[in-house]
Amino acid sequence: MTTVTHRNSDPQTPPRDLKRSVISLVGWALFFMLLAWSWEDADMRPMDLFNDAANMGQFASGFFPPDFTEWKMYVSEIIITFKIAVWGTVLAIVFSIPFGIMSSENIVPWWICQPTRRLMDMFRAINEMVFAMLFVVAVGLGPFAGVLALWVHTTGVLAKLFSEAVESIDPRPIEGIRATGANALHEIIFGVIPQVLPLWISYSLYRFESNVRSATVLGIVGAGGIGMLLWEYIRGFYYAETAAVMILIIVSVSLLDLLSQRLRKLVT
Amino acid sequence: MVAISVRNLDKTFGRNKALKNVSVELDEKEMVALIGASGSGKSTLIRHIAGLVVSDKGRGEINVFGTAIQKDGTLAKGVRKHRREIGVVFQQFNLVGRLTVLTNVLMGVLGVAPSWRTLLGIFTNEEKQKAMNALGRVGIASHAAQRSSNLSGGQQQRAAIARTIVQGAKLILADEPIASLDPASSRKVMDNLAHVNREDGVTVLVSLHQVDYAIKYCPRTIAMREGEVVFDGPSHRLTPEFLQEIYGADSIELLSPEEQRRKAESKRADQPAQPAADGDLVLAYAAR
Repeated sequence: MTTVTHRNSDPQTPPRDLKRSVISLVGWALFFMLLAWSWEDADMRPMDLFNDAANMGQFASGFFPPDFTEWKMYVSEIIITFKIAVWGTVLAIVFSIPFGIMSSENIVPWWICQPTRRLMDMFRAINEMVFAMLFVVAVGLGPFAGVLALWVHTTGVLAKLFSEAVESIDPRPIEGIRATGANALHEIIFGVIPQVLPLWISYSLYRFESNVRSATVLGIVGAGGIGMLLWEYIRGFYYAETAAVMILIIVSVSLLDLLSQRLRKLVT
Repeated sequence: MVAISVRNLDKTFGRNKALKNVSVELDEKEMVALIGASGSGKSTLIRHIAGLVVSDKGRGEINVFGTAIQKDGTLAKGVRKHRREIGVVFQQFNLVGRLTVLTNVLMGVLGVAPSWRTLLGIFTNEEKQKAMNALGRVGIASHAAQRSSNLSGGQQQRAAIARTIVQGAKLILADEPIASLDPASSRKVMDNLAHVNREDGVTVLVSLHQVDYAIKYCPRTIAMREGEVVFDGPSHRLTPEFLQEIYGADSIELLSPEEQRRKAESKRADQPAQPAADGDLVLAYAAR
């Protein structure tokens, strides 16, 4: 049997840092206090899940077997949903390019950067569902309201992501271009965009994925797509049809996610 | 005609005085080396002449071919146009890595060609041919279609020189162009610069870390130390004793790695004979 004995020449284990231990304890205490504080107002009733298990079982059994009789209509509505996402995302990308550059600290002076960023914050802070409700009032029920909602919200998100990519570029190639007597737009087109393009494409594809997901619920507020149908079925207690629609949504969204992931791997 | 005229330039970064009352004049068609240890202000001076940095407020002015680049800490109006005449070669090449070598070299026409066309990325066949000829001159025409990031450092630097040729620059400022290159690539890059100087009559100001290259390629050398010009004259007057005198202990840093090694060896081998041996070494380089 061997034991490790301490010799004077051995390097010493550093003493336990008291300050860090205290900070870590306080941190955990604060975290648990936050959980406790939020319990009541979040209406946490975990026991109900067990007490009402029978009810829930009955509710769930209503979903089976899923009813695919109207599958042609479901698929055509899903395709409409996809088209809403396409237009919402493409418009957002087109607008995010200038807005993204205009909110990059290293490209524009602060008096352009800060106002643009605040505007993008506004676009982003409000959920696409809220925008959808507003646009339904403005342009009437239907997919166009959904396109507009996705466009505004996604512009806010993509402009921020685009500008983060721009802010992390290597400034030296831009200096090289500037030194040839090129103007500021040349610097952006030949110096900035080639550097950020792979990231921009990847972000855009990712946003397209999430927009397809968002578009499936836009119909709930009347902004077109499969969501409208889903909402009608849920409200009318047609659970078998609801289940069929949900399965179709899951399948198509997963397929799209896979495809977009492949594409994103291709560009980066 | 005077190519570069720098008068009484001061530059402060925070508390650090990078340039102290620097005045330098270069004639047309000269090839001049700017030497000095790291942090001596070589790069700062070059970046000022290129109009990429401005001096302290109210401190000094820079003219290139008689037109103001900056004065008293403000860039001159129309400096963007004026930059066409000044080609800059950087230590890190400053090419756009994801673009092809040809596109990078074509960047040289941006200051001249109409913007509506170049902003759409359209270049004429004539411009492309000009770029290819420039690439041919620096000896990397066969790499034109590759992404510039796939080239070696030396090849990238030669592409950067090709860009200044396409630009039609009358002055090339090279900021430590060979500091991150191996000796063989360094020689090729310096040869390219010397050719452009001799054949096209382009004025070249090249900052170097290593004195032997200055002596070999440039008839005249300007030496800086701690932001001041401490020597300005014929390169052959740069002897080890003189370098020792103006740079003190830093002088070893100014010789190429090979030479540092030789110097160290000769020191070990024969202490008393060392100054003479070193003198020969420098003269040998000068004669080459």
